[in-house]
Amino acid sequence: MLDTLLPVLLFTALALAALGAVRRVRLWRQGRSSSVPVLKGLLRVPRRYLVDLHHVVERDKYISHTHVATAGGFVLAALLAIVVHGFGLQSAMLGWVLLAATTSMFIGSLLVAKRRRPPPSRLSKGPWMRLPKSLMAFSIGMFVVTLPTAGILPEGVFQQGLGWIAALVLAAIIVWGLGEMFFGMTWGGPMKHAFAGALHLAWHRRPERFSDKTGGEHRSTGLKALRLDEPDAKLGVETPADFTWNQLLGFDACVQCGRCEAMCPAFAAGQPLNPKKLIQDMVVGMAGGSDARYYGSPYPGKPVGEHAGSPFGPIVAREGTSLVDAETLWSCTTCRACVEECPMMIEHVDAIVDMRRFLTLEHGNTPNKGAEVLDNLIATDNPGGFDPGSRLHWAADLNLPLMADKKEADVLLWLGDGVFDMRNQRTLRAFISVMRAAGVDFAVLGNEERDSGDVARRLGDEATFQTLARRNIKTLAQYRFSRIVTCDPHSFHVLKNEYGELGTSETPATYHVQHHSTYISELVSANKLSFKAWKGGSVTYHDPCYLGRYNGEYEAPRDVLKALGIEIKEMARSGYRSRCCGGGGGAPITDIPGKQRIPDMRMEDVRDTGADLVAVGCPQCTAMLEGVVEPRAEIKDIAELVADALVIDAPVGKADSTRAAPALALEETS
Amino acid sequence: MPHDANARANAGLNVAVLVSVGRHPLTAGTRRADQDARAVEMALTLENAAISLLHAGPADPERQQALRGYLGMGLDTLDLLEQSADADVISVLEEEVRHRAPQLILTGSRAEAGEASGALPFLLAEALGWPIVTSLAAVEKVENGTAVMLQALPRGKRRRLRVRLPALATVDASAPPARQSAFGPARRGKFEHQTRPSEVDEPLSGWQFQEARKRPKRLKIVKASSARDRFKAAAAKAEGGGGQTLADVTPEQGAEAIFKLLKEEGVLR
Repeated sequence: MLDTLLPVLLFTALALAALGAVRRVRLWRQGRSSSVPVLKGLLRVPRRYLVDLHHVVERDKYISHTHVATAGGFVLAALLAIVVHGFGLQSAMLGWVLLAATTSMFIGSLLVAKRRRPPPSRLSKGPWMRLPKSLMAFSIGMFVVTLPTAGILPEGVFQQGLGWIAALVLAAIIVWGLGEMFFGMTWGGPMKHAFAGALHLAWHRRPERFSDKTGGEHRSTGLKALRLDEPDAKLGVETPADFTWNQLLGFDACVQCGRCEAMCPAFAAGQPLNPKKLIQDMVVGMAGGSDARYYGSPYPGKPVGEHAGSPFGPIVAREGTSLVDAETLWSCTTCRACVEECPMMIEHVDAIVDMRRFLTLEHGNTPNKGAEVLDNLIATDNPGGFDPGSRLHWAADLNLPLMADKKEADVLLWLGDGVFDMRNQRTLRAFISVMRAAGVDFAVLGNEERDSGDVARRLGDEATFQTLARRNIKTLAQYRFSRIVTCDPHSFHVLKNEYGELGTSETPATYHVQHHSTYISELVSANKLSFKAWKGGSVTYHDPCYLGRYNGEYEAPRDVLKALGIEIKEMARSGYRSRCCGGGGGAPITDIPGKQRIPDMRMEDVRDTGADLVAVGCPQCTAMLEGVVEPRAEIKDIAELVADALVIDAPVGKADSTRAAPALALEETS
Repeated sequence: MPHDANARANAGLNVAVLVSVGRHPLTAGTRRADQDARAVEMALTLENAAISLLHAGPADPERQQALRGYLGMGLDTLDLLEQSADADVISVLEEEVRHRAPQLILTGSRAEAGEASGALPFLLAEALGWPIVTSLAAVEKVENGTAVMLQALPRGKRRRLRVRLPALATVDASAPPARQSAFGPARRGKFEHQTRPSEVDEPLSGWQFQEARKRPKRLKIVKASSARDRFKAAAAKAEGGGGQTLADVTPEQGAEAIFKLLKEEGVLR
């Protein structure tokens, strides 16, 4: 009986799976067009899966091993089952391999089951609780029916006496297993992640993210420019169908592991955002329906089941509720912790900014101080609404060389909007004294500099970002410099990764941009700076998101601190897992309330290390962390630490030391 | 919701908002004028009102760009009556208003650029023979051709007025702030462009314009020893010197009192 039933079951399941796949693909195709190399992408899936995706999964060794055993076992078992039981190729050797594959899958499914006893809060429940049992059903069922093929049980054991009953039970188990593994894969069951995930890897919107054999950096973090040249086109994403089809595909790949949720600073602070739920909401919207069948953690403070949407309905309603509330989108600090953690390579931040673009550019609904900041950026080129002619007032005594006078310099020092902030002026002063001590040939743009456009872009105002960026590019094109150095990781990121797309053939916008910590580290390696011994207390270092996760610079700041003789007491969450200070993505401007403040949580991380001082490298981080009430660790920028430790020896070139003197003198008195 | 049955009953409240090209106080760049934007905001919050935006003046691209700021608040069209730069726009506005016959005209108290005398609303109201309400803080209700309005007085006081329509009202900083202007609608909005003969403002040609500069303010030195004193000093009301409130007096007595005050202050000699 089984000999005839098995092929029928297998091919029925496969046919249904194919039908489901077509249906699923049609859901994705509701999205906007986006051209991808179809075949090339598919050919790259194995490498992207085995190298890039595995690299992320491996951060959790337990689940990495579990997944290798389960998924590897399943893929092999499924292929062999089709050959052996589907086409009836009775080879004992294949039978043995099939037994091994199902055994591996069974062991894996035991581990999956163990992880869910009890399930950690970040994991989704509901159908996901069924999955380990389904995996076991598939592996046990396939194992037992293969025993005769491998010659362990006699042929025809399932055709007599008790064997009939066993065969019926076995058939039921196999139906369950096939239902979950083949049918469920394309009809929206938990196994959907395998089908959508593989295609997502093939046609990812940021193919630059994946490594190739040549090695090197593979990072793609710059937001993609919105085309503003068609006046009648809708700007940003209003409905799920306004995403590109491969973004929708990406959302569908979500495996609901909740790693994003565990890392999200807004979620931890009790703000109404959960990256996992957001992605699931997009899936709900794409298929149409309500979020009632979501079994993970909700957005803090927002019960599940009250929101619903459709592919062509609005994601955020002007009044009332639809799929997602606006405050969910505005809670994001764009720290990219979720993207960094996501084993399915989903791009949460892109999606959030796409939706913010619609809210700002079409609805005109940037919350709290958002509208005011954007108006200021439009009118005065800085978010605070300060007189653009007063950019250099803070440096009246520093006699900074201007690009307008010099026309060329080795280093163009990008000051950023921190020039209007008294705290950041101290950092800038410190860095300038460091550069003067090292005898660097530098110049600033002064009043010609505009806001880099970072805040405008992340608040969704792409139009203002592009205007600011184009004006900056035009200014920069007039001068010759070998590199841009800045103390602001946000400007750094935008100049380095986001201006390029806006350059033209006459004014290309590809610059060699460095963060000041990288540059100081180079100066240290070149022996251009000498330091006093470190006498302060213990120090920890806070990685800025836009320096670390966005640009992969984790080492240079640490090298500089080491050169100062500082031994860093690392926080539990540092490096690529650094927790955001809460200052990115315009979050302090939109200011969505939560249960606690993100910087408070970060200072708690600092407190856990027992450090007396936290070294930072970003004006936003400085402001956010210094806003935490005392008693807390002192906050100092790396540039300040370096400037404090500087030893200026007279013989190193008289011109330099005389120029450096006034700045340094002031540094000490301030 | 603006489309309920109740709103439809008093449908057709025809509101015209006069908007001008503003000037940013720091950068002198063109923008939507703050007070005019507040006037548009007030019109947008009126239930089921048909709103038309009206601007009379030169129509060069830069000024058009600034006017798009009003369109970005969610309006589809702006009527642009093109005039030469030296024109007196009162008569063309009067003509246009008579033609459209709105029940309510809203506008800012004074322009941010040009003459900025704040006289336009008064001159226009006079030309039309309409009542004028200054410092409008809110329109509470429009019923049977009468509007109930709140007028802002100094120090947060409000006065409720019943005004027979048609009327003209000006808003200033005490009106609710204007909503954000969105880029998409601003770009898509259309100008209904008409070139009208300009009536040259003769006296204007003889005038010299120069930038107004803020006078330096005398520093208020607070000699306070405690935080409480400092707070009291910061929160203290400005001391109003003298003055008197006249109530139930004849027009002659009132005029006499005003005349006396003007003489005392040296306004009349």
